[in-house]
Amino acid sequence: MHALISFLTGGLFGAGLLVSGMTDTIKVQGWLDYFSAWNPTLAFVLGGAIMSMLVAWRIAAKRETAVLGNAFPIASPPILDRNLIGGAALFGFGWAVVGLCPGPAMAVLAWGGTEAIVFFVAMVAGMTLNRLSARKANA
Amino acid sequence: MISGDWIYGLIGGLMIGTAVVIYLLVSGWIMGASGILGGLIDGSGRATAVERGSFVGGLVLIPFVVAILVGAPATNITPNMALLVIGGLAVGFGTRIGNGCTSGHGVCGISHFSKRGIVVKLVYLATGGVTLLVLRHGLGWV
Repeated sequence: MHALISFLTGGLFGAGLLVSGMTDTIKVQGWLDYFSAWNPTLAFVLGGAIMSMLVAWRIAAKRETAVLGNAFPIASPPILDRNLIGGAALFGFGWAVVGLCPGPAMAVLAWGGTEAIVFFVAMVAGMTLNRLSARKANA
Repeated sequence: MISGDWIYGLIGGLMIGTAVVIYLLVSGWIMGASGILGGLIDGSGRATAVERGSFVGGLVLIPFVVAILVGAPATNITPNMALLVIGGLAVGFGTRIGNGCTSGHGVCGISHFSKRGIVVKLVYLATGGVTLLVLRHGLGWV
């Protein structure tokens, strides 16, 4: 059941990304480009998604568990450390360079051509890099 | 801005929101694209590998089907291989050490008034803006 719900939510998320225009890198880069043709589309996308979640968090607060019986996630402690800020800065840089973040990178994978595949492979490599550096730190 | 973009943006945003809501209220999980994929790659999500794989499967497959049915919209992804590799590495590495991306920190975090989500979002906007200012308007690379 969890797997089916995951497949459907992944699909709805992907379809929403496509409909919203977030698979078009010009619109995404336009959102971050404050000094020429600024494109506010992403604000409407984030606004629609955040409004939905405002309601969901209120419902979650009144329930013991999720429908399938899992406990709700606990909020992370509000710690702003070097990893969080450094990781976010690196992400902001990469996001602006190409105009893709992880969700849209997967949503365009099957039809975005060679460019989409190269970006995805590099992104996975970046995630693997993190695993290697974490292992080194632990050793 | 091309007229009508914002309507599609809002409709798509509500679809994304519905997906995130279902993930939270039905499954009890935070829907973060980088976390779901990253957990598969670094093995930290081994216990939920099937669910993670299903999510990624839906996320890759359904937009593909939609693109076939209604025609694939332009992605305008840069053909510059160096930019693709550098951007991909930065996004992959950055989301793992920063523990999230636009969906997890942005949508789930901000809607929960999480200080981390809000700060991270501001850092994205600042570094993304500076990056485009330098690379696009300064150097003309992107």
